[in-house]
Amino acid sequence: MKNVSVSFTLNGDIVTAEVPPNWTLLKTLREYFELTGSKEGCGVGECGACTVIIDGDAINSCIYPILEVEGKSVTTIEGVASEDGTLHPLQKAFLENNGVQCGFCTSGMIMSSKALLDHNPDPTEDEIRASIAGNLCRCTGYVQIVESIEKAAEMIKEGK
Amino acid sequence: MNNFEYLMPTTINEAISFHESYGDQAKYIAGGTDVIVKIKEGKISPQYLISLRHLQGLDHIIYEKGELRIGAMVTHSMLERSPVIRKEFPILTDAVENIGSVQIRNVATIGGNIVNAVPSADGAVPLITLGAEVRVIGPKRERIMALEDFFIGPGQTSLKSGEILMEFLIPKLLSHTGAAYWKHTRRAAMELPILGVAVLISLDDDMKTCTEARIGLGVVAPTPMRAKNAEAILKGNKVDDEILKKAGEAAAQECKARDSIRGKAWYRRDMVELFVQRMAIVAMERAH
Repeated sequence: MKNVSVSFTLNGDIVTAEVPPNWTLLKTLREYFELTGSKEGCGVGECGACTVIIDGDAINSCIYPILEVEGKSVTTIEGVASEDGTLHPLQKAFLENNGVQCGFCTSGMIMSSKALLDHNPDPTEDEIRASIAGNLCRCTGYVQIVESIEKAAEMIKEGK
Repeated sequence: MNNFEYLMPTTINEAISFHESYGDQAKYIAGGTDVIVKIKEGKISPQYLISLRHLQGLDHIIYEKGELRIGAMVTHSMLERSPVIRKEFPILTDAVENIGSVQIRNVATIGGNIVNAVPSADGAVPLITLGAEVRVIGPKRERIMALEDFFIGPGQTSLKSGEILMEFLIPKLLSHTGAAYWKHTRRAAMELPILGVAVLISLDDDMKTCTEARIGLGVVAPTPMRAKNAEAILKGNKVDDEILKKAGEAAAQECKARDSIRGKAWYRRDMVELFVQRMAIVAMERAH
């Protein structure tokens, strides 16, 4: 199978990948760009560990054909903190409120909640829960995760 | 995953001619949330995937003179966020906001959901209850048929080789019409229904007499089905608790519920009886 060339914006940079046409976005992120923050849990769009944001919308990168990314803008967990290393309020809130245990679901949780807060800076608890309904955590349960997202929304509102 | 070439035609003619060139080795792909999973699980192994995402004019939601047209490539999120659907066709919002997860709804299309033709398709039941037709285009001709007749069996549709589902046509509703859908599940998300029940009721000016009734059922037959005996009980009569109970019983009787991993036949019949009544009440509230 001949490689195909795909150009898109990845965490703010314009990039080109040369990969086989049957690769998914997740495989390309992890194995071509070596950005291993996005995880493969189930591999079939059930667990949300692979969640990234494409043009503002959270999607499962494990079932997203790489050729469909052409010309789009992709944000992964590696693109969430500022360039100087300052963490995003969501990242700070997850750390400070025990939103992380083993960490495998965390990048997906943060990407799903970032897509939510980008559209809706003041979500209700129900809206938060609906936004992460496609992200499974098998360690800690969801209470601290929901609290982390609520705290992050407050931090963003207060301009922290 | 098996090796495949990924083709991205920009016109319908180009898509169809790709399909004609590669025949059985080719498969159309819309959002891919089912197709890619089936490939990963080894259930299908196409040599060519023909993407429908770059075709023009398949992602519209148009509400004109009471008629609604929905392009096949409209995603579940687009339906969920559509103010006109929430206001005029809340039965569709009932269904789409409970399908999969945000990540799936952002990508999965209503056309893909229908073409996949699983008996549990949440999109299908409200659409057949609304009397939707589908427009299909193929190598030889274009045709329009009732969505109800589009389903043949589990995973099977009347689409012929190379044909593409273009759009859904939903006729104008009678005045004083309301409709509602209930997806019966154990979990709140990422779940297939134990059963699905949709009820549409149109009322006369007295707001009591039923002039039109449509009842759609999901999961309880090989394809999404209409409960026509139950509909006949409601039509022409004043709707009260007693007649709703009769309609619920009739729907439970005419459905073909069976035992499966998600529920037993007896339970499904009981829940059909119950939710036909409950959704009829919601539909009548919405008719006001």
